[in-house]
Formats: sequence, structure tokens, C-alpha cells
Amino acid sequence: MLSKKQLFTRGMLDVAPHMLSVIPFGIICGAIGIELGFNPYLVYGMSIIIFGGASQIVFLQLISGGASALIAATSVGVINSRHLLYGAVLSEYLEKLSFIKKLLISYLVVDQGFAESNKFFKKNKTEQYLHYHLIGTGSTLWICWQISTLAGIILGSFVPEELGLKFAIPLTFIAIIVQDLKKIDHVVVMLVCGLSSLLFFDAPFKSYIIISPIVALFVAALLLRFKK
Amino acid sequence: MTWLSIIIAGILTYFTRMTMIALVSRDMLGDRIKAVLTYVPSAVFPAIIFPAIFINDYGNFIEMNDPKIFAAIVAIVVGYFSRNVIATILSGLISYWIILFF
Repeated sequence: MLSKKQLFTRGMLDVAPHMLSVIPFGIICGAIGIELGFNPYLVYGMSIIIFGGASQIVFLQLISGGASALIAATSVGVINSRHLLYGAVLSEYLEKLSFIKKLLISYLVVDQGFAESNKFFKKNKTEQYLHYHLIGTGSTLWICWQISTLAGIILGSFVPEELGLKFAIPLTFIAIIVQDLKKIDHVVVMLVCGLSSLLFFDAPFKSYIIISPIVALFVAALLLRFKK
Repeated sequence: MTWLSIIIAGILTYFTRMTMIALVSRDMLGDRIKAVLTYVPSAVFPAIIFPAIFINDYGNFIEMNDPKIFAAIVAIVVGYFSRNVIATILSGLISYWIILFF
């Protein structure tokens, strides 16, 4: 039986390799916010209030492109809907916690922390204080995310506009999904989403950002039906 | 106004994290919905990638010889084989700058 502290430390160590991608990503997120002309406090406030890298960049890009606040907030919700899946998987291991503890620990559920803690949970189902592993991965990611977005905000004010740092936005998202190009069904879904985003680009309020994922998820549901 | 929408976005995001853990039993999400949710990244992020590459700041389609297309292809190839996030982003940015400035 591992102690709370041991589990917490184990979580920190398990998630440590991910810092190689989280830290540059945070720096890019902060720098892009400044590059797009946002107030530094606002760019940093997102890291605490939203705490979701990809969705923060999307939000900034949409608002700076003239999207309505409603569309921008909704698209953050759509992008982060994947957390529903993480929660459904993790809930099995967190069932015994009190309601308040569940509310608190939820804030720390992010992609990399979920991936590592879920791996650990599967192998160590009998541990009593399992959730300390999740607190370890989540709080490590949280601290690194805060520091790196701050660093990006500071760096961003020195980067000349001619460099076109905005181009880092699509590159960042390519880096996130490029491994899924190995799966043909995912490639189809990506193409459907990408092509409909070009097709609906002129739709009012930048609503292409909501329309194309809905079309693509519909195609994904159809593909799943054929796979069976 | 922007602050307000950040707060709304933050509350929405928190609910996506908290709902399945604290509010509803996990059986509420059927296997089918769970399977569809695994497609969310592939179904969302191309809507950022495609317009950011193919449409310029003035809302027009770019030419086929635009440096962004070449740089994106470099990033995809590097990312696919290296599995490294930083290498993917940097290879794309550097090839973009090389074409742009030389």
C-alpha cells in the first residue's frame, strides 16, 4: 500500500516527460495572445479560468478574427467535450471520494494527466489513495502551464510581427492530431471537418468553428455504424 | 465582454470535467457516445488548421505556391515520423521562415 505522498510523487514523475511538449505549448499560447493584440492579464486569466491549452488558443484566434463571444465560448465547450470521456473513465476510481473532493479534483483533469493517471489506475486498482496520483499529475501540469503561459506573455512582447508567429497556431494543432493520420477513419473525419470549415468559412459569426465539428462528428458516428 | 466570455468558456470547460466525475453515473454515457467522443480531436482541430493555412488575413483563398502549404506539409511529415510536438512546430515554422525571407 503506497502512502498519499508516494502516490503524489509518482504522479508528478509519471507526467514529467510531457513537460517537453506542455512548456513550449504554454509559451506559444501566451506569445500568440500578445501577438494577436490581447491584454496580457486577459491572456493569463484564461490559463486559470479555462486551463485548457488548445481551447485557449482557439478562443483567442476566434475573438481576434471577429467571432462573437457566444461562438468563441461555445467552441471552447465543443473542444473540451472530450473531458466528458476522461471523466467517465476516471469516475470508476474516484467513486469513494466525497462530493466536494470530486468537485475539486475535477478542475485538474487534463489530457496528459488523464493519460498517465489512467495508466497507473489500471495497474494499481487496489490502492486506497489512488486519487493522489491524479492530484500529482494534475497539479504538476497546472503549475507548468501557469509558468509557461506567463513566460510566453513576456516573450510575446519581444517577437516582431513580421515573423508571422500566428502560423504556429495551425502547426500546433497539426502536432496534436498528426499521429491519428495512421487511422483511415480519423483521416476521413479530419478531411470532412477541414473541407467543411473552408466551405462554411463565410458563415455568420465565424460559426464554421461549430458547424464543421458537428458535421464531422456526424460522419464519425456513421463510420462507427459501418465498422460494426 | 471578452472577460465575460472567458468566464463562460471556463464554466463550460469545468462542467465537461466535472459532470461525469461528480454529477451523473458513468453509465449515462452509452458506449456509442463514448466511441464518438474519441473522434473529437480529429473532428475539431482541422477546422482551425485548414482556414489558418488556406485562407489569408483578408478572407481569400491563398495561391497554391504559398509558403504555408509547403511548411504545413513539412510539419506533417516531421510530426508523423518523429512523434515529437516541438519538432513538428519548429520544422513548420523554420521552413515557413526560410521560404518567406530567402
